[in-house]
Amino acid sequence: MIPATFEYVRARSVREAISLLQQHGGRAKLLAGGHSLLPLMKLRLSQPEMLIDLGPVDELRGIREEGGSLVIGALTTHDEVANSPLVRERVPLLAECASQIGDVQVRNRGTIGGNLAHADPAADYPAAVLALEAQMECEGPAGSRTVPASQWFVDLLTTALGPDEVLCRVRVPVQTKGQGWSYIKLPHPASGYSLLGVACLVTVDGGVCRDARVAVTGAGPKAVRLTKVEQALVGKRLEEAAVAEAARLASDGLEATDDLYASAEYKRHLAVVYTKRALLRAAERAAG
Amino acid sequence: MAVTQVFGARVRRREDPRLIRGTATYTDDVTLPGLCYAAFVRSPHAHARIRRVDTSRARSAPGVLGVFTMQDLEGKVNPIPCGWQVPNCDLKTPPHPPLARDKVRFVGDAVAVVVAESRAQAYDAAALVEVEYEVLPAVVDMEAALQSTTLVHEDVPHNRVLLWSVKGGDFEAAAREPGVRVVRQRLVNQRLIPNAMETRAATAQYNPGTGELTLWVTSQNPHIARVILSGVLSFPEHKLRVIAPEVGGGFGSKIPVYPEEAVVAHLATRLARPVKWAETRRENYLATIHGRDHITDAEMAVRPDGTVVGLRVRTLANFGAYLSTAAPAIPTILYGLVLSGPYRIPNIECEVTGVFTNTTPTDAYRGAGRPEATYVLERMMDLAARELGLDPAEIRRRNLIPKDQFPYTVATGITYDSGDYARALDRALEILDYPKVRAEQAAARQQGRYLGVGLSTYVEICGAGPSKVVGSTGFAGGLWESAVVRFSPTGKVTVFTGTSPHGQGEETTFAQIVSHELGVPLDDVEVLHGDTDSILMGWGTYGSRTTPVGGTAVYLAAQKVKEKAKRIAAHQLEVSADDLVFENGRFHVRGAPDRGMTIQEVALQAYLAWNLPEGMEPGLEGQANWDPSNFVFPFGTHACVVEVDPETGQVRILRYVAVDDCGRVINPLIVDGQVHGGIVQGVAQALWEGARYDPAGNLLTGSMAEYAVPKASWLPRLECDRTETPTPVNPLGVKGVGETGTIAATPCVVNAVMDALSPLGIRHLDMPLWPERVWRAIRQAKGGAA
Repeated sequence: MIPATFEYVRARSVREAISLLQQHGGRAKLLAGGHSLLPLMKLRLSQPEMLIDLGPVDELRGIREEGGSLVIGALTTHDEVANSPLVRERVPLLAECASQIGDVQVRNRGTIGGNLAHADPAADYPAAVLALEAQMECEGPAGSRTVPASQWFVDLLTTALGPDEVLCRVRVPVQTKGQGWSYIKLPHPASGYSLLGVACLVTVDGGVCRDARVAVTGAGPKAVRLTKVEQALVGKRLEEAAVAEAARLASDGLEATDDLYASAEYKRHLAVVYTKRALLRAAERAAG
Repeated sequence: MAVTQVFGARVRRREDPRLIRGTATYTDDVTLPGLCYAAFVRSPHAHARIRRVDTSRARSAPGVLGVFTMQDLEGKVNPIPCGWQVPNCDLKTPPHPPLARDKVRFVGDAVAVVVAESRAQAYDAAALVEVEYEVLPAVVDMEAALQSTTLVHEDVPHNRVLLWSVKGGDFEAAAREPGVRVVRQRLVNQRLIPNAMETRAATAQYNPGTGELTLWVTSQNPHIARVILSGVLSFPEHKLRVIAPEVGGGFGSKIPVYPEEAVVAHLATRLARPVKWAETRRENYLATIHGRDHITDAEMAVRPDGTVVGLRVRTLANFGAYLSTAAPAIPTILYGLVLSGPYRIPNIECEVTGVFTNTTPTDAYRGAGRPEATYVLERMMDLAARELGLDPAEIRRRNLIPKDQFPYTVATGITYDSGDYARALDRALEILDYPKVRAEQAAARQQGRYLGVGLSTYVEICGAGPSKVVGSTGFAGGLWESAVVRFSPTGKVTVFTGTSPHGQGEETTFAQIVSHELGVPLDDVEVLHGDTDSILMGWGTYGSRTTPVGGTAVYLAAQKVKEKAKRIAAHQLEVSADDLVFENGRFHVRGAPDRGMTIQEVALQAYLAWNLPEGMEPGLEGQANWDPSNFVFPFGTHACVVEVDPETGQVRILRYVAVDDCGRVINPLIVDGQVHGGIVQGVAQALWEGARYDPAGNLLTGSMAEYAVPKASWLPRLECDRTETPTPVNPLGVKGVGETGTIAATPCVVNAVMDALSPLGIRHLDMPLWPERVWRAIRQAKGGAA
């Protein structure tokens, strides 16, 4: 619980952070809220030689609306996302997800950028950004680039973010009228992470589902979209029987891992139950 | 009459502002000139022979003042003794060296210690100590350990620590009685990690000039620590001062004397520099005692009308790798002797086998034996009720000891002091509105919802205790308590208690006792504890003994002060003491209220000593040592309503009702707080907490990311009420209340969940009732896979 020795630098700009990353190769780590990184360092599972604190970088803060999307700075805390009137109005799915992360203390320190860059397999945001088809805006030595959520999560604790890159902003398309949404989870009783979490966003028109996006987190090494469920919903009325039938496909091919608290089998079962429940809640909201 | 209202008033805890504001001084807050820091090198293996320890790299690391192994401590730090050697049970007491000598016996066993200028340097250097291990097979499972040729201690065959039994009546004969049915169940009471908010710490300072060694330590009983450490360190007791400053919770885990404390104290003398060590949370999980960990086969013999005629219990108790200070008493006398609970059970037999395993040692954890016994008893009552088709409330009522039969001696030989058990049961059912809840349950079942109602009727044995009695059980000390109540010349009062509160609030309740007895304002009373230099003697805070034993000593000391003050007042007022009335902190002449003096005025006169009765010594203080004639026996009934989600197996507590009787109540606010905390810990065992090892002896629940400590938001509002049946054992009429919640809550919740699942034919599930376990049972009951 005492970290190994490390150097600590406060970056004043994204550019400076990138140049420090370049200088120190893989031996440096970016520090945002620190809620994933510091526990690993205390257990000496992670021993970076340098921490680059992004705290002073104001350009990574703030939430604004721009061209049909919300642009959320990477240093925005979970609490800010959960309670931002703009997010609650434009992307309520994201706010609902953020409000269920960890506990009050975690939400006060943890950041959306840190969360998505760390890509914990049981984190909550990944399911929401997949369902919302958000875009990650990154900056690196070669300039900036945008990575869609669908390509962001590569594997366990691994994202598309390059070693010299900084995740700067998350661009989230605003939800539209007629869309219903929901994020529900079974939290791990100790860590508060998702044993299983499901985010969904359904577009209903004339009582019929036109588009459905369902994503699950916590089951396997990374969050994934449940495309079979989504396909089964399109063209259907989101009534209990149809939803339950589609939700049964949630476990179909779902990669799940055993852990101390829940077996893979149980997690697959939870995926079905939570998908059904999340969809029914979303359908209710879509109906207004 | 503001003063007389102090006793029984909801006075806010005076301890809290400093605790909440961060201005309290814990052991790790003690700073001293020249302080250096210790870090322990701990075994990553559950069982291994130590081939070689190479400390050379660590010794040359920056800031390192020394690296020590057991070789360096031989003859200087003796093995840590066991303080409660229960007789007649073939107790094995293999030595517990302060650092592992030839073998490590659990993951976390300390092999070496590094001292450095800073804490970080100490931990960095500890990582450089190279230990070559020959890994041995580990015994983790108790039943396997008893059969194994792998021995945790070579001189303890079958890894059997003890074989203890108690027998009252004849179970076999009772079970053979015509019509009697025997209900059987195997019950696992899982291992728990105490999780005091403050981890353990020790800071030691040696003064070469005076030869005095001072140890600040996270202890629930600093005087016991001093006695034991004087032996372990071969250090004269009068030169050893042990201080338990602010202690951030213990739940029993800070009763034992641990190797680290002895080693740190020794290093301070050896290096002639103050040394501090503070556990990390990870170390706390590995190297501080765990609790519970029983496997029990229980049999209850019951007549068709629900009368329980016998209970037979065979229990395996996991002791971990070494005998901790009080460990032998926990699963024996604090467990087996209390198996009758609040019931008349004429035939009780209990056999306990203690087992060494390659796991963290176990010892007292909040309730210590009594929650385990109550769990067995209350689960068996429910199983018997179900077997007979009786209502769980009814079977309890039929077996409760009636209120007119106290003092009542149970089959295990203990004599209960006082009680009205049926009244507490009735009150709990009334608050719950039992018939209505049962009707709601029936209606919910029609809708496919699984509601359950659970009851737990308990009696706790606490307030240890008569020294003669505990001495006969092998406790290597007394369990009386000391107190001094001292006026200062300006009329302020200082109370010294031998108990050592660490969150229980006695700085407030003891002040209430004194304020009430002496008629002085509450704010004029200071309560001091936890320092062997200022307090004559004491046996500490645990087992819900602080108020019934320590509080009584304070009360008696206050009486002595009052008596002396009265004699002084009578002398100065020139009347007979018999003619004085003491009211609101003032003595006055009977029938002449104007002729009097306040107790503060008397205190000043006592110190001035210008005009005292002939032969009276100056000063105004009272000292009392109280050794109770019996334990005290709080009791009550807890009830809860749960709902089980049949699709996921999740359990939600909808209501929780607690009716407790702890005798007279000094401060209802503090009693409520103790009950609340106890309930939450008890519920947590039922639903969330559980330490888990892999077969190699690695602790899988090694941090708070894996081990689920309960959070307030998981519980409903707790509906607490009380009945008040004073104990005749002490003049205050008070019983303990620190553990009642923990004792009652665990079976209450499990009973409720099993009640919810009863339509599915599910009879019993072991704790913790994690959702997957419940879900699998439901699936199997519905005809699916397990």
